[in-house]
Amino acid sequence: MTSDALLLLGSILVPAIGSVLFFSGFAKDEGSLKKLGYLVFGFPCLAAVILFFRFDGSAGYNFEVLYDRMGLQELGITFHLGLNGVSSPLFAMAGIVGLGAGLAALHSGAERMHLYLALLALMQAGLMGLFASVDIFFYYLFHEFALIPTFIMIGLWGGRDRRSIALEITIYLTLGALISLGGLVALNILVDAPKFDFPSISAALDQSSLTDSAAFKIYGLLLLGFGILVALFPFHTWAARGYDTAPTSVSMLHAGVLKKFGLYGIIQIASPLLPEAALAWSPWLMWLALGNILLVGMVAVAQTNFKSMISYGSVMHMGYCFLGIGVCSVLGVGSTVMLMCAHGLSVSLMFLLANFVRKRSNTLEMQEIGGLGEKTPLLACFCIAATLATIGLPGFGNFWGEFGIFLSLGESHEHLIFLVLAALGIILSAVFGLRAIAQIFFGQESEELRKHAKESPIADLSRAEIIPASLILVALLFIGLWPASISDRINDEISNRYSHLQLKNTLSKPSCCPVDEDVKSIETPYSTSD
Amino acid sequence: MSMETYLNFSQDNLWGELWPELSLCLGALLVLGFDLFSKSSNAKKRAGSLAIFFQFILLAAHLFDYLLLRHTFDRESFSGMLKHGIHQDVMRSFFLLSSLLVSLLGHRYLETRKLRVGEFHHLTMIATAGLMLLCQTQHFLVFFVALETVALCFYPLVAFDRESPKSLEAGIKYLIFGALSSALLLFGIVLLYGVGSNPEAWGTTLSTVPSSDAFSFSFLYQLLSENPNHLLLRAGVVLIISGIAFKVGAAPFQIWVPDVYHGAPMPITAFLAVSSKSAGFFVLINLVNGPFAGMSEFLLPLLGFVATFTIFFGNLAACSQRNLKRMLGLSGVAHAGYLLVAVMASMLLPGESDRAVWILFFYLFTYLLASFAVFGVMGLARVTDDSEHEFSDYENLAQKKPWAAFVLVVGIGSLAGIPPFAGFIGKLLLFSVAFETKLFLSIVAMVIGVVISIYYYFGWIREICFHPRPVFEDDEAKHDPWKDVGSVGMLKPALFSLVLASIVLGLWQGPIGDAF
Repeated sequence: MTSDALLLLGSILVPAIGSVLFFSGFAKDEGSLKKLGYLVFGFPCLAAVILFFRFDGSAGYNFEVLYDRMGLQELGITFHLGLNGVSSPLFAMAGIVGLGAGLAALHSGAERMHLYLALLALMQAGLMGLFASVDIFFYYLFHEFALIPTFIMIGLWGGRDRRSIALEITIYLTLGALISLGGLVALNILVDAPKFDFPSISAALDQSSLTDSAAFKIYGLLLLGFGILVALFPFHTWAARGYDTAPTSVSMLHAGVLKKFGLYGIIQIASPLLPEAALAWSPWLMWLALGNILLVGMVAVAQTNFKSMISYGSVMHMGYCFLGIGVCSVLGVGSTVMLMCAHGLSVSLMFLLANFVRKRSNTLEMQEIGGLGEKTPLLACFCIAATLATIGLPGFGNFWGEFGIFLSLGESHEHLIFLVLAALGIILSAVFGLRAIAQIFFGQESEELRKHAKESPIADLSRAEIIPASLILVALLFIGLWPASISDRINDEISNRYSHLQLKNTLSKPSCCPVDEDVKSIETPYSTSD
Repeated sequence: MSMETYLNFSQDNLWGELWPELSLCLGALLVLGFDLFSKSSNAKKRAGSLAIFFQFILLAAHLFDYLLLRHTFDRESFSGMLKHGIHQDVMRSFFLLSSLLVSLLGHRYLETRKLRVGEFHHLTMIATAGLMLLCQTQHFLVFFVALETVALCFYPLVAFDRESPKSLEAGIKYLIFGALSSALLLFGIVLLYGVGSNPEAWGTTLSTVPSSDAFSFSFLYQLLSENPNHLLLRAGVVLIISGIAFKVGAAPFQIWVPDVYHGAPMPITAFLAVSSKSAGFFVLINLVNGPFAGMSEFLLPLLGFVATFTIFFGNLAACSQRNLKRMLGLSGVAHAGYLLVAVMASMLLPGESDRAVWILFFYLFTYLLASFAVFGVMGLARVTDDSEHEFSDYENLAQKKPWAAFVLVVGIGSLAGIPPFAGFIGKLLLFSVAFETKLFLSIVAMVIGVVISIYYYFGWIREICFHPRPVFEDDEAKHDPWKDVGSVGMLKPALFSLVLASIVLGLWQGPIGDAF
C-alpha cells in the first residue's frame, strides 16, 4: 500500500477511532477533548487536501485500497477505496467542511459534549468513506454511517419540534435509502458483474444485454431513491424542516456534504451506466428540477427566519444540480460536480454564520435583528461574501458551476425553456439573499436587538469563529479563482465515462425531425446479420 | 414380514444420530430430578445453573461434532423417517443456542419473580428436543408427534406465571389456537394419506408404486408432482400450510400472536418468537421444496398473497401499539412475512434452493441475536406487571442505564434492518434473492413494510435516547422500573456478546458469507 493509499484509509479510520475514543470518555477534561477534536477532524481535512493535490489527473482511480475478503462474496462485495476525478474534489470538500463543522462543534458548548463529538466524528468517517468508496455496497453503507448520527443528533440537540422532526426525516430518508438500495441491488443482479464496484459493473454492462425497459425501471428507482435523499421536488419537504431544527454542525455536514450522496450516485452510477434510461428520464427530471428552483425558491423568499431561508435556499440550489444532470452532456454533468463542491462549501458556511448571528442577536427572525453590521463588521463581511457566493457571483465556485450548467442548457434548442426559467431562479436567490443581508446587517437597529445588547454586549467574531469560517471561504475562493484545479480532472473523468452517453445524445437529437427511425435504420443491418 | 425386514429395521435405526436430542432429554430429566430431590430453596436454584451449564456443553459438543469431526453429507435413518445433514445440524445448534439463551434469561427471571425453577428448564429443554427432531423428519407421523411434543411443552410454559391472570389467559388462548392449528394440520395430513394410500379410488395416478407408505415425504412428492391439480390433495396441502402458518404467525392466522406474546413470561415470549417461528420456517421451506414441490405453481400465488398480507398486517398493526410486547409480537408477524418471501424465492430457484435456505438461516440467526438482546434487556426492567411494558417505561434509559440502552438500541436497530447491524445484511440478502427470482411485488411490499417499521422501532429508540418531557412538580411519582435492577451476573456478558455478534456480522460476514 502506498503512503497515499494509507492517507486515504486513515482519513476514514481516524474519525472512526476518534468516535470510539470520544464515546468511551477517553478525553476527560476540556483541554484534551479539544486536542483530540483537532486531531480527529483535522487529519481527514489535511489528508483530503494532500490527496487533492497529489491526484495525477488521469481518468480512473488513484490511491486504491482493496481488501477482497471483506464483504459478501455472493454479491461480489469487496472493500475497495479509491478516488477518481469526480470523487477527488468532493472528498476534499468533505474534509474541509468536516473540519469546519468539527471546530464549530468543539466551541459550541453543547451538553454531553462527548456524545456530540462522538456522533459527529462517526458522521465524518461516514462522509469521507462515502466519497472514497469504489465498491457500491460500501458507498451505501458509509452513507448510512453518516445518516444515523444525523437522526440521533437532531433528536438530542435539535431545536423546536426536534423529536417529531427526527422521526419524520428518519422515515423519509430510510424510504429514499431503501428505494435506492433496491435499484442498486437490481443493477447488481441484472448485470451479474463479478464485483459490485463502479468499474466492474460498467465493464460488465458493455457486454450484458440489459433490456431498455429494465434499464428504464432501474434508473427510475435510483432517481426516485436518490431524489428523495437529495430533496428533489416534490420530495423536498423533510429537508428544510430538518436543517432548520438541526444543530449547526449537523446542518453543515448534512446539507453541505451528505446530501451530495444522491447526486454523486446518479453521476457516478446511474447516468453513465444506463445512458439510454438517463436520456429517457431527463425531461421528467428537468421539470421536477424546475420545481425545486422556482417553487422552493419562492418559498425561500417568503421565509422570515434566517436559518429557514438558508435551508430552503439550499434545497432550491439542488434544482440546478438536477438540471445539469438532466442535460446529459459532459459540460452539464461536469458543471454539476463543480456546483456540488461549491454549494457544499457555501451552504455550510451560511449555516455556520447563521449560528454566529444567532449567538449575537439571540434570534434568527430577520425582522427582529437589523443594523448588526455596525457592531460586527467582520461577521457582516463574511455573510455578504457567503451570500454572494450562494447567489453565484463570479469569484466564487458557485459561479462556475451555475454558469456551466446554463451554458450546457443553451447548447440544445430543447433546453432553452429550462434555461429561461432557471435563470429566473438566480433573481429569486438574489432577492432572498440580499434582502436577508440588508435586514440583518444594515438599516435601523431593532428594539429587540437593542434590549438584548444591553444585557449582553455584542462582540465581533472571535478567533475561534474566524478560523472555521475563513477556512471554508478560502476554499470557495480557491475554486472560484482557479476553477481549472478541479474542472480538469472532472472533465477527464466525465468525458471518459460519459463518452457513451455523449454519442447517444448527439445521435438521437441532431434536429427536430424524428431521428429514432434513422437510428434504427442504421442499426438494423447489424442486428439482422447477427 | 420376514426376518430380513426386522434386520433392516434394526440396522437402520441409528439412535446414534439422535444423540443431541437424547442427551438433551436426559439433561432435562436430570434437572427435574435435581429440583425434586434437593431440599432447600437455595439448592433448587442451582437446577437452573445446571440446565445452563448442561446446554452450553451440549451446544459446544454438537458444534464440534458436526463442524469438525463428521462429514456433512445427507443421510437417512429409521427407514427414511429422519434425515440428517448440514441443514438439519445447523438448525439443531440454532435451537440449542436459543434454548440456552432462554434458560439464561429465565434463570434471572424466575429468581426475581419467585417462580418454580426445575419445571421451567425441564420444559424448555424438552421443547427444544422436540424442535430438533421436528426439523429432521421426512415422515408426517414423526412430524406430527414432534410438533405436538413442542406444543405440549409450550402450553404450560406460556401460562407459567400462575399468579398472573394475563399469563393464564395467554396460556388458554395459546392452547385453543394451538389445538386448532394441530387439527388443521392433522386434517391435511389425513387427506394426503387417504388419497395416497389408495390412489386409484380417488382418481389419481401413480406411474410406479413406491416402497414407502403414504406418510413419507418421498411418496408424497411423487404423488403430488404427478397429480398437481387434484382437489383433495390441494386441500390437504393448503391445510398443512395453514397449520404451519399458525405456528409462524403468518396472516391470516396471526391473531393469537399479540395476545400470547403479551401474557407469556418474557423468556418464553423470546422462545416463541425465535425457536417456534424458526422451526416453522425450516419445516415450511423443506415441505415446499420437498413433498409439495410439484404444486409450486399452485402454492406460489397463495404464499405471495400470504406474505404481502402478513407484512402489511404486522407492520400496520404494530404502529398503533403502546404495549411493547404486543408491538414486538406484531413486528414478529412482519418478519414472518419477510421470511415467507425467502421461502417463495427458494421455490423459484431451480436446483439451488440451497442458497435460499442459507439466506433464511442467516436471517433467522440475525433475528435470534437481535430478539434475545431486546427481550433480555426488557426482562431486566422491574415493571410492576411483566406484561405491561409501555414506551414510557423506557424514557431516558440511555442516561439511567447506558449499557442496557446500548444493547437495546443495537437490538432494535438490527430488527429494523439498518446498517451496520446484521439485520441489514439479512434484509439485503433477502432483497437480492427476491430480485433474482423476480418477486417484484414482494420487494415493494418489503420496502414499504420496512419503512413503516421504522416508525415504531424508532419511536422506541426515541424514548430511550432523547430527552423525556419535562417533569412537573405536581406529577404523580412514577415507578421507575430501572431503579433497582440489581446485579445481572452472567446476563450482561451474554447480552454483550449477542450485540457484538450483531455488529460484527453486519460489517464482516467472513466465512459465513461464503456459504451463500
